[in-house]
Amino acid sequence: MIKQERMQVINQQEIAKHIFELTVQGELANEMAEPGQFVHIRVADSFEPLLRRPISVASIDLEASQFTMIYRAEGRGTGLLAEKKPGDTLDVLGPLGHGFPVEEAQKKAYLIGGGIGVPPLYELAKQLNARGIETVHILGFESKQAVFYEDKFRKLGDTHIATVDGSHGTQGFVTHILNELPIDFDTYYSCGPTAMLEAVQWAYPQKKGFLSYEQRMGCGIGACFACVCRTTRSETDYIKVCSDGPVFPAGVVIS
Amino acid sequence: MTDLTVKLPGLDLKNPIMPASGCFGFGKEYAQLYDLSQLGAIMIKATTVETRLGNPTPRVAETASGMLNAIGLQNPGLEKVAGQELPWLEQYDVPIIANVAGTTTEDYVEVAKAISQAPNVHALEINISCPNVKLGGITFGTDPDVARELTRAVKEVSSVPVYIKLSPNVTDIVSIAKAVEAGGADGITMINTLLGMRMDTKTGRPVIANITGGLSGPAIKPVALRMVYEVSKHTSLPIIGMGGVTNVDDVIDFLSAGASAVAVGTANFVNPFVCPEIIGQLPERLHELGYDSVEQLVGRSHRL
Repeated sequence: MIKQERMQVINQQEIAKHIFELTVQGELANEMAEPGQFVHIRVADSFEPLLRRPISVASIDLEASQFTMIYRAEGRGTGLLAEKKPGDTLDVLGPLGHGFPVEEAQKKAYLIGGGIGVPPLYELAKQLNARGIETVHILGFESKQAVFYEDKFRKLGDTHIATVDGSHGTQGFVTHILNELPIDFDTYYSCGPTAMLEAVQWAYPQKKGFLSYEQRMGCGIGACFACVCRTTRSETDYIKVCSDGPVFPAGVVIS
Repeated sequence: MTDLTVKLPGLDLKNPIMPASGCFGFGKEYAQLYDLSQLGAIMIKATTVETRLGNPTPRVAETASGMLNAIGLQNPGLEKVAGQELPWLEQYDVPIIANVAGTTTEDYVEVAKAISQAPNVHALEINISCPNVKLGGITFGTDPDVARELTRAVKEVSSVPVYIKLSPNVTDIVSIAKAVEAGGADGITMINTLLGMRMDTKTGRPVIANITGGLSGPAIKPVALRMVYEVSKHTSLPIIGMGGVTNVDDVIDFLSAGASAVAVGTANFVNPFVCPEIIGQLPERLHELGYDSVEQLVGRSHRL
């Protein structure tokens, strides 16, 4: 169920260049189920900035009623969010949207992420591992300074890193790594820039895949029709990234 | 006991608060969060004859204390709204104000005639002020003669009272209000969004794909208040006021300026519970100000 709550900030730290890890606590955390869902955060009590910010969830701790978000502080809103400290409260709306279907994977899954699309794959990897699914992680970043959670992913499975400038791991994009890997998985899950999602879909036309999309959002719950995409499901209707997605089966979104 | 009820043509409201059209879809999303029967009314998303896909993305952009939108009247069309959305809303004890849009007079007439027959539609809101479509919309709301004739045409076919939604993108809003009054309107809803732009500073390109969009949010409240004040001074039509309402004091201000009821728009995106919260706070705030009914406040600025 969607809740709105003033959650307690438990911890915040910069874990890579401009990349922040923020943990909050409250009843809302107990509503979290699917990896890939997101929360909508009001970063200030004033109307400046006005709109909430959609932030992805990197891990869920139901026992502690906590969850952890990872985001890049790049604008005014996320800049203010990065100033939150333990003891502060945060107006959170969520969990929102439809996440990754973990039950779709059979034995082995590829988890392919780019930049700030990597965080939701961590909770996904944890949940897939808990179901006995082998996960392979292929993660792309701008540079070594932007890499995060590499060790955490390694603990959950085989992990490959690509950086655009080659300062860490393979030089190039995740697709350069994918080209070298065997196609011995049954399901892939991906989150990242649209161009990357397109390339991943193109690489595995015969495989079952689930992709998490991004669009500029307004309300976050499906009421404002801001974050629409064209879809192969219908010529006369759009799909909404916030409430129909953000995760869609491969082949559904026309980007 | 504070009396929150408001009586308007076609509308017996249990309180003066309603979500504004385009900010609440057809209610389903917010029904996950609270009981829609708490609301005074619901202004549903604009309905056109045919399905409309709307504008390309990006459709929204944040601005100082506000936002721009250019959704472009995306809606499933008359058949689906009348056949699915409105019947679904019948489970709630709340009057519906159906927002009607089109590109020609015939479009407006067709939608108005059909949708006004739905049992839970108690009034129509004729959208002659959408700034985000190439044809129709605002072109009906910026010329007094055109606005009057459209009002007349819609009035002829509607089974319920007709409210005209005015655009602030005019030099003399009073002349438009007087024109729709002459055309037989039962009430006015105002204001729609203000035309605006935002640039991408790095590239110099407009952020919104439609280039321009409608400005809403707290930034436009002073403009809305001024216009409600002027129109209420010069016409006798009841007004449902809107524009930048985010809290109970904003509601008080619109009532004081001359609105009989108040719609909440963009604030629903910031705080999805804003409508029931304001409704809950109204009795105490009225009491603090020394009033025991909403109706006592309506237009008080004109009497001071």
